[in-house]
Amino acid sequence: MNIKILAFGIVKEIFKSSAIEINLNGAPTVSNLKAELEKNYPRLSQLASYMIAVNDEYATADLIIESKDEIAIIPPVSGG
Amino acid sequence: MVDIKISEKPLDVQSCIDRVMTPQCGGIDVFIGTVRATTKGKTVVRLEFEAYEKMALKEMKKIADEAAKKWNVHKILMHHRTGILKIGDIPVVIAVSAAHRDAAFEACRYIIDTLKKTVPIWKKEVFEDGEVWVAAHP
Repeated sequence: MNIKILAFGIVKEIFKSSAIEINLNGAPTVSNLKAELEKNYPRLSQLASYMIAVNDEYATADLIIESKDEIAIIPPVSGG
Repeated sequence: MVDIKISEKPLDVQSCIDRVMTPQCGGIDVFIGTVRATTKGKTVVRLEFEAYEKMALKEMKKIADEAAKKWNVHKILMHHRTGILKIGDIPVVIAVSAAHRDAAFEACRYIIDTLKKTVPIWKKEVFEDGEVWVAAHP
Protein backbone atom coordinates (compact mmCIF):
# COMPACT_ATOMS: atom_id res chain seq x y z
CA MET A 1 0.00 0.00 0.00
CA ASN A 2 1.28 3.43 -0.96
CA ILE A 3 1.00 5.95 1.88
CA LYS A 4 1.53 9.69 1.79
CA ILE A 5 3.07 11.09 4.96
CA LEU A 6 3.15 14.70 6.10
CA ALA A 7 6.21 16.01 7.92
CA PHE A 8 6.66 18.90 10.35
CA GLY A 9 9.52 20.48 12.26
CA ILE A 10 12.69 18.42 12.31
CA VAL A 11 11.06 15.60 10.31
CA LYS A 12 10.80 17.95 7.34
CA GLU A 13 14.58 18.28 7.51
CA ILE A 14 15.03 14.51 7.82
CA PHE A 15 12.80 13.89 4.77
CA LYS A 16 14.13 17.01 3.00
CA SER A 17 10.46 17.52 2.08
CA SER A 18 7.15 18.42 3.73
CA ALA A 19 5.60 15.17 2.44
CA ILE A 20 6.82 11.79 1.23
CA GLU A 21 5.26 8.62 -0.12
CA ILE A 22 6.20 5.26 1.24
CA ASN A 23 5.27 1.76 0.14
CA LEU A 24 4.14 -0.35 3.08
CA ASN A 25 4.23 -4.14 2.65
CA GLY A 26 2.58 -6.45 5.16
CA ALA A 27 0.01 -5.42 7.74
CA PRO A 28 -0.64 -1.66 7.44
CA THR A 29 -0.35 -0.95 11.15
CA VAL A 30 1.14 2.15 12.71
CA SER A 31 3.97 0.08 14.24
CA ASN A 32 4.88 -1.43 10.85
CA LEU A 33 4.81 2.02 9.31
CA LYS A 34 7.23 3.26 11.98
CA ALA A 35 9.57 0.32 11.34
CA GLU A 36 9.52 0.97 7.59
CA LEU A 37 10.11 4.68 8.08
CA GLU A 38 13.06 4.07 10.42
CA LYS A 39 14.60 1.69 7.90
CA ASN A 40 14.44 4.37 5.20
CA TYR A 41 15.18 7.35 7.44
CA PRO A 42 17.47 6.16 10.29
CA ARG A 43 17.63 9.69 11.75
CA LEU A 44 14.04 9.21 12.96
CA SER A 45 15.33 6.71 15.54
CA GLN A 46 17.61 9.39 16.99
CA LEU A 47 14.69 11.63 17.96
CA ALA A 48 13.69 11.81 21.63
CA SER A 49 10.38 10.27 20.50
CA TYR A 50 7.82 10.66 17.76
CA MET A 51 4.17 9.85 17.27
CA ILE A 52 2.09 9.04 14.21
CA ALA A 53 -1.11 11.00 13.71
CA VAL A 54 -3.92 9.41 11.69
CA ASN A 55 -6.67 11.80 10.59
CA ASP A 56 -5.53 14.49 13.08
CA GLU A 57 -5.49 12.14 16.08
CA TYR A 58 -2.56 10.53 17.89
CA ALA A 59 -2.57 6.88 16.84
CA THR A 60 -1.78 3.76 18.85
CA ALA A 61 0.77 1.24 17.53
CA ASP A 62 -1.84 -1.35 16.55
CA LEU A 63 -4.10 1.00 14.57
CA ILE A 64 -4.72 -0.15 10.97
CA ILE A 65 -4.00 2.49 8.35
CA GLU A 66 -6.33 2.85 5.37
CA SER A 67 -5.27 4.33 2.06
CA LYS A 68 -7.53 7.41 2.38
CA ASP A 69 -6.20 8.32 5.85
CA GLU A 70 -4.16 11.46 6.41
CA ILE A 71 -0.91 10.41 8.05
CA ALA A 72 1.55 12.75 9.74
CA ILE A 73 4.68 12.31 11.80
CA ILE A 74 4.63 14.25 15.05
CA PRO A 75 8.13 14.78 16.46
CA PRO A 76 8.41 16.05 20.08
CA VAL A 77 6.20 19.13 20.31
CA SER A 78 7.59 22.42 21.59
CA GLY A 79 4.87 25.04 21.37
CA GLY A 80 4.13 27.67 23.96
CA MET B 1 -17.01 30.02 25.62
CA VAL B 2 -13.90 28.66 23.94
CA ASP B 3 -11.85 30.94 21.66
CA ILE B 4 -9.02 29.15 19.84
CA LYS B 5 -6.75 30.55 17.16
CA ILE B 6 -3.47 29.91 15.40
CA SER B 7 -2.22 32.99 13.61
CA GLU B 8 0.75 34.31 11.66
CA LYS B 9 -0.11 37.81 12.87
CA PRO B 10 1.04 39.36 16.19
CA LEU B 11 -1.16 38.61 19.20
CA ASP B 12 -2.81 41.53 20.96
CA VAL B 13 -3.01 40.89 24.70
CA GLN B 14 -5.66 43.51 25.43
CA SER B 15 -8.03 42.14 22.82
CA CYS B 16 -7.48 38.63 24.26
CA ILE B 17 -8.53 39.94 27.68
CA ASP B 18 -11.53 41.73 26.21
CA ARG B 19 -12.69 38.51 24.56
CA VAL B 20 -12.93 36.58 27.84
CA MET B 21 -14.35 39.44 29.91
CA THR B 22 -17.93 38.85 31.03
CA PRO B 23 -20.11 40.74 33.51
CA GLN B 24 -20.31 37.52 35.55
CA CYS B 25 -16.58 37.03 35.96
CA GLY B 26 -14.77 38.14 39.07
CA GLY B 27 -11.30 37.66 37.67
CA ILE B 28 -9.24 36.88 34.58
CA ASP B 29 -6.00 34.93 34.65
CA VAL B 30 -3.70 35.54 31.67
CA PHE B 31 -0.56 33.68 30.67
CA ILE B 32 1.60 35.45 28.10
CA GLY B 33 4.49 33.51 26.61
CA THR B 34 7.37 35.72 25.46
CA VAL B 35 10.50 35.04 23.42
CA ARG B 36 13.55 34.96 25.70
CA ALA B 37 16.89 36.40 24.59
CA THR B 38 19.01 33.49 25.77
CA THR B 39 18.80 29.70 26.10
CA LYS B 40 21.42 28.02 28.30
CA GLY B 41 23.65 31.07 27.95
CA LYS B 42 23.42 31.20 24.16
CA THR B 43 22.08 34.31 22.45
CA VAL B 44 18.83 33.71 20.58
CA VAL B 45 18.39 35.59 17.30
CA ARG B 46 14.82 34.49 16.58
CA LEU B 47 12.33 31.64 16.99
CA GLU B 48 10.46 29.99 14.16
CA PHE B 49 7.10 28.36 14.97
CA GLU B 50 5.38 25.82 12.81
CA ALA B 51 2.03 24.08 13.41
CA TYR B 52 0.12 21.12 12.02
CA GLU B 53 -2.75 23.55 12.13
CA LYS B 54 -5.74 21.29 11.66
CA MET B 55 -4.63 18.89 14.39
CA ALA B 56 -3.28 21.62 16.66
CA LEU B 57 -6.67 23.38 16.71
CA LYS B 58 -8.34 20.07 17.55
CA GLU B 59 -5.90 19.34 20.39
CA MET B 60 -6.27 22.89 21.74
CA LYS B 61 -10.05 22.48 21.75
CA LYS B 62 -9.71 19.20 23.71
CA ILE B 63 -7.61 20.97 26.35
CA ALA B 64 -10.06 23.86 26.66
CA ASP B 65 -13.03 21.48 26.91
CA GLU B 66 -11.26 19.44 29.57
CA ALA B 67 -10.44 22.59 31.57
CA ALA B 68 -14.06 23.74 31.31
CA LYS B 69 -15.14 20.37 32.72
CA LYS B 70 -12.64 20.45 35.59
CA TRP B 71 -13.06 24.04 36.74
CA ASN B 72 -15.93 26.46 37.04
CA VAL B 73 -14.77 28.98 34.41
CA HIS B 74 -16.66 31.33 32.10
CA LYS B 75 -14.51 31.78 29.01
CA ILE B 76 -11.27 30.27 27.78
CA LEU B 77 -9.01 31.77 25.12
CA MET B 78 -5.98 30.05 23.58
CA HIS B 79 -4.15 31.93 20.84
CA HIS B 80 -0.83 30.74 19.38
CA ARG B 81 1.50 32.28 16.83
CA THR B 82 3.29 30.70 13.92
CA GLY B 83 6.06 32.15 11.79
CA ILE B 84 9.17 34.08 12.78
CA LEU B 85 9.26 35.73 16.22
CA LYS B 86 11.86 38.08 17.64
CA ILE B 87 12.96 38.64 21.24
CA GLY B 88 10.02 39.95 23.30
CA ASP B 89 7.40 38.82 20.79
CA ILE B 90 4.44 36.83 22.09
CA PRO B 91 4.07 33.23 20.85
CA VAL B 92 1.13 32.32 23.07
CA VAL B 93 -1.67 33.89 25.12
CA ILE B 94 -3.96 31.92 27.43
CA ALA B 95 -6.78 33.82 29.12
CA VAL B 96 -9.38 32.38 31.47
CA SER B 97 -12.24 34.22 33.13
CA ALA B 98 -14.09 32.86 36.15
CA ALA B 99 -16.29 34.02 38.99
CA HIS B 100 -13.48 33.27 41.45
CA ARG B 101 -9.72 33.38 41.08
CA ASP B 102 -8.80 29.83 42.12
CA ALA B 103 -10.58 28.33 39.10
CA ALA B 104 -9.04 30.89 36.73
CA PHE B 105 -5.49 30.34 38.03
CA GLU B 106 -5.72 26.55 38.03
CA ALA B 107 -7.39 26.25 34.62
CA CYS B 108 -4.87 28.65 33.04
CA ARG B 109 -1.94 26.66 34.45
CA TYR B 110 -3.43 23.37 33.27
CA ILE B 111 -4.06 24.76 29.78
CA ILE B 112 -0.54 26.08 29.13
CA ASP B 113 1.14 23.02 30.70
CA THR B 114 -0.95 20.62 28.60
CA LEU B 115 -0.55 22.68 25.42
CA LYS B 116 3.21 22.32 25.74
CA LYS B 117 2.85 18.51 25.97
CA THR B 118 0.22 17.62 23.38
CA VAL B 119 -0.39 20.32 20.76
CA PRO B 120 1.49 19.73 17.49
CA ILE B 121 3.36 23.02 17.31
CA TRP B 122 7.14 23.17 16.98
CA LYS B 123 9.72 25.85 17.58
CA LYS B 124 13.17 26.20 16.14
CA GLU B 125 15.63 28.30 18.09
CA VAL B 126 17.99 30.20 15.84
CA PHE B 127 21.26 31.23 17.52
CA GLU B 128 24.11 33.36 16.22
CA ASP B 129 26.03 30.16 15.43
CA GLY B 130 23.39 27.57 14.53
CA GLU B 131 19.84 26.40 15.07
CA VAL B 132 17.97 23.65 16.88
CA TRP B 133 14.44 22.22 16.91
CA VAL B 134 13.54 22.43 20.60
CA ALA B 135 13.06 19.06 22.38
CA ALA B 136 13.66 17.05 19.20
CA HIS B 137 16.65 15.13 20.54
CA PRO B 138 17.30 13.54 23.94
